[in-house]
Amino acid sequence: MKDPIRESLTKKSISAKRETKGKVISFSFTAIIVILVVTIIGFVASRGLVIFFKDGVNPIDFLTHSVWAPDKLDSAGHPIVGAAPMIIGSFAVTLIAALIGTPFAIAAAIFMTEISPKIGRKVLQPVIELLVGIPSVVYGFIGLTIVVPFVRSIAGGSGFGILAGSFVLFVMILPTITSMSVDALKAVPEYYREASLALGATRWQTIHKVILRAASPGLLTAVVFGMSRAFGEALAVQMVIGNAMLLPQNLVSPSSTLTSVLTMNMGNTIMGSTPNDALWSLALLLLLMSLLFNFVIRLIAKRGEF
Amino acid sequence: MKKRLVAIFTLLFTAILVLTGCKSNDQQTITAVGSSAAQPLVELAGEEFSKNNPNEYINVQGGGTGTGLSQIQQGAVDIGNSDLYAEQKKNIDAKKLVDHRIAAVGMVPIVNKNVKVKSLTIKQLRQIFSGQITNWKQVGGQDLPITIINRANGSGTRSAFEDDVMEGTPSVSSQEQDSSGMVRQIVYNTQGSISYLAMPYMNNTVKSINVDGVKPTMKNIETNKWKIWSYEHLYTKGEPKGMTKRFLDYIMTDHVQNKVVKQLGYVPIKDMQYQKDYKGNVTPISKEGD
Repeated sequence: MKDPIRESLTKKSISAKRETKGKVISFSFTAIIVILVVTIIGFVASRGLVIFFKDGVNPIDFLTHSVWAPDKLDSAGHPIVGAAPMIIGSFAVTLIAALIGTPFAIAAAIFMTEISPKIGRKVLQPVIELLVGIPSVVYGFIGLTIVVPFVRSIAGGSGFGILAGSFVLFVMILPTITSMSVDALKAVPEYYREASLALGATRWQTIHKVILRAASPGLLTAVVFGMSRAFGEALAVQMVIGNAMLLPQNLVSPSSTLTSVLTMNMGNTIMGSTPNDALWSLALLLLLMSLLFNFVIRLIAKRGEF
Repeated sequence: MKKRLVAIFTLLFTAILVLTGCKSNDQQTITAVGSSAAQPLVELAGEEFSKNNPNEYINVQGGGTGTGLSQIQQGAVDIGNSDLYAEQKKNIDAKKLVDHRIAAVGMVPIVNKNVKVKSLTIKQLRQIFSGQITNWKQVGGQDLPITIINRANGSGTRSAFEDDVMEGTPSVSSQEQDSSGMVRQIVYNTQGSISYLAMPYMNNTVKSINVDGVKPTMKNIETNKWKIWSYEHLYTKGEPKGMTKRFLDYIMTDHVQNKVVKQLGYVPIKDMQYQKDYKGNVTPISKEGD
């Protein structure tokens, strides 16, 4: 004889089945993403390490030497791959863009959250969202036709160089830093403001001494995020930086970044040849840098919980 | 909600199945990838070819000479476009590839319009690109520093230019750009700049330079008076078959050679009175034997 109660208790209920199903689906999709990331890193590493293991390039020379000619060999028989000009170029455009961009972004964020949220939401927010939507090739084209001649007229040289690259990047990372700064400022609890005002502080004193201080880890995260975007941007920078694999003499001498060298030379190298492997090493370096940026963001975020 | 999702997915899948199914049934496509200097020519020839053969399409992509040669070596595409002989690129096994030279193309030194110099000797050109001459006044122009705009190392156009001009002298490190269009744009915008273009990319925004007193014209390329030229190669892996063979034959017909090739600024291969091998040796072609 079947006991219906016993049966219903020992069998899995419909909702339990649904739960398992949901778990399996979400777990397998997550697993696919993780596998994808791991394979990408593994693939880039396997290609990028070839010039160190097979061609015997010293990794320190790779980072510090300044001559890039992977199709030629030096006196010891190793390919000449000195990535210092690109590394310095990448860091220079990133830092300068962040230096110019941060004050603008934080000022805009303060305006939008503290001073005039209404105009901020109605005017500034859409403008900034619009900036995000502009494709990077358009930024590059504007840079080429407006920024480069402008830099040439104020600073001399050909106009191509780190300064022009930084100007273009500054506009590109502005929305990233601004919108993240807005989130950081909004996350500051309302009672901080109330307490500060109750103590007799003016609005400016509140913003300056309380809100900015309290939001500083969030603001820092915003800046690092912007920097990581600037570091990885390829097309727009490539169009205005001049792409000369030389150590930058000044801010208006043609130079190059890791990304611009990659996009410039990809199509001209043969898979499996040393120049191609050398490009993979640059790609690996870029990947490691973005991991580092992520790590820094994690570190800051951990410190900044309310 | 769930039903709707399922319906959408089913619709998508059927759409994909139907569309891809269509393609394999009635249409035939071959893919040509590589040199951006050859791209306009192959594209236009492909369009003409499709007009005559409505169900056959030539899919033409750029990517550079290196991409063209490595893709055809792997057999990933049907035709690899190249500005260079496969023998000139390391890591390419030229023996497995079959060369089809479809046109010759001249490389022309160009300068910004404000540069007063009209003509250079090939030696002066070499000294400029190797960094020994740095001001236009050293070659009879005004007092203006020379800005060199080069193509990316390994680009087909650059290799072709360097083979005929530099004679092994290394180029000075300078600005590099990855496409002919960008080079032209930047030379147009930059005072005192010099670069070079494949002839089909020339227009009146930049000024061409005579070399050793010779004008860059098609006639002068045919007679090798204009020394800076190379071939556009279409490489196939092994002898071409089927549609690929028909397309290559079509490119060599008088219709394409005399109309499309000339109209775009390339030199028809049968008009060339000289030939160049992969080591750069130039020899006259005897007309009777050919």
